[in-house]
Amino acid sequence: MLEIRFHGRGGQGTVLAAKIIADAVLRQGEKQCLAIPEFGVERRGAPVMAYARVSEKPILARTKIYAPDALVVLDPTLYASDILKGLKPGGTVLTNGGPEDVARLTKRFPGQKFLAVPAHAIALELKLGSASSPIVNTAMCGAACAVFGLCSLAALLECVREAVPVKADANVEAARRAFEAAREVLLAAS
Amino acid sequence: MKKVLSGNHAAAVGAQLARTQVSVGYPITPATQVFEAIAEMKSKGEFPGEFIAAESEHSVMAALLGASTAGARTFTATSSHGLAYMHELLHWVAGARLPIVMIDVNRALAAPWNLWTDQTDSLSQRDTGWMQTYCSTNQEVLDTVLMSFKIAERVMLPSMVVLDGFTLSHSYEPVDVPSQAEVDSFLPPFRPELKLDPDQPITFGSLTQPKDYLRLRRRMAADMAEAEDAIEEVGREFGELFGRSYGQLDAYRCSDAETILVTSGAVGSTARAAVDALREKGLKAGNLRLRAFRPFPAKALRAFVKPGMKLAVVDRNYSPGMGGIFAQELKAALYPRPGVSVHGYVTGLGGGDITVELLQEIWERVDDATPSEIPAATWVEDAR
Repeated sequence: MLEIRFHGRGGQGTVLAAKIIADAVLRQGEKQCLAIPEFGVERRGAPVMAYARVSEKPILARTKIYAPDALVVLDPTLYASDILKGLKPGGTVLTNGGPEDVARLTKRFPGQKFLAVPAHAIALELKLGSASSPIVNTAMCGAACAVFGLCSLAALLECVREAVPVKADANVEAARRAFEAAREVLLAAS
Repeated sequence: MKKVLSGNHAAAVGAQLARTQVSVGYPITPATQVFEAIAEMKSKGEFPGEFIAAESEHSVMAALLGASTAGARTFTATSSHGLAYMHELLHWVAGARLPIVMIDVNRALAAPWNLWTDQTDSLSQRDTGWMQTYCSTNQEVLDTVLMSFKIAERVMLPSMVVLDGFTLSHSYEPVDVPSQAEVDSFLPPFRPELKLDPDQPITFGSLTQPKDYLRLRRRMAADMAEAEDAIEEVGREFGELFGRSYGQLDAYRCSDAETILVTSGAVGSTARAAVDALREKGLKAGNLRLRAFRPFPAKALRAFVKPGMKLAVVDRNYSPGMGGIFAQELKAALYPRPGVSVHGYVTGLGGGDITVELLQEIWERVDDATPSEIPAATWVEDAR
């Protein structure tokens, strides 16, 4: 069982990211996936969490994830709060950012493995969201699928196309670019 | 065909496949998505029946009362205060013997405000005459909507399909969606013996003298008793057609277990993981999930229990001054069965997480307890 916790902010599409991943895992047809959003009183900009369990066996536990194997961080400003709480030692943190962020975060949180993909830049290039708040969820989905080996790129792109309400081509392209960027980051890290 | 659906979307797809003729709704968190999904299907021409947006939950149930009396298959969804606001008409609908199917997405009642799951909303409608079934997966939500129409239309009683707010309603997982042809072969159209018909005018619900009132209530009691059999029979038939069988109870690894978790709703799924973890430690744990709450599966429970058994009842609900509601009902159903002890645990109110670890702790505490020291209810929570 792989347990992933997503951290984003209201309006960034964090919940949709977890749903897209569940869809893609089903489409791949090899594993089970349960995506659990954590809802409060939804407000744009407020911290939002979602959880995904991925397993080869049926998933029984329908609870929050307290000791995740991995984190997906859509909004790097969230490191100001204790978002690494409970992360297993040696766990992977896939973050929206660049190599300089990896260096800084590794120094601040020793013992965890940070991988960064430039989801912010990809979303800006593809005009997803606004310049001040780009929508990075589809890019982060692409990166997560590559990093955690959740599904093929083709399965993911089909799910992104079906799930997004607008700008299907740009969102599919964001997922593809981030998937490829994540693969390069993985190669460089290995 | 498998699709990733939330619990709310699974409910809406169930209503669609059941060829619901009249759906009426009023939004409330966390049930609103059911109507968003129906409205979207309707706008694409994919929803067969009428959809009416009412001005309150009280009006929702009044409109369904009329539509069902006219012979239509009817559906709605609500939660918490919405359900409470319907209360008066829930009694009316059950007394009028109208087989309306309603989703209740469990949510706590105020004060103070709370949006998260808690069974006290549905359980406080216990005495209205509605059947109640609690679901543990999104698949079971879809399947139970289909089965509920069949059972409700057989015994002519309304049916509430209950799912956990957010834990099921907003969580996504693969759901096997049957084809329309498969559902049609399982669920024939609703054809009531009596209905509102201008060509054959009759009176409904007029003043009744005590003798007739008692007799009508007694018929209702007989039909509730028949519903216990109907749930089993329809659940088996569903299994033959779709490969997923259902009954009033769902026992997991209970055959050699003496201490058994008794759960309902999505907790019934998490409890399976807790039982697996306890079994790995060499402990003889089991989980008994109650699907049916009304009719209460008293006969099935009496057949299930054995002398020496300890039942650890997990209640995500609370009746002030008495304790957890499932625990109380279980004690009443089993009385005076000697040698079976019922241990009530109240937890997870207002959406508190009922975790694998907490369920193991409850099981271990009950396994260690002696029957002489049973409190009315033990309050526990996961410290995280």
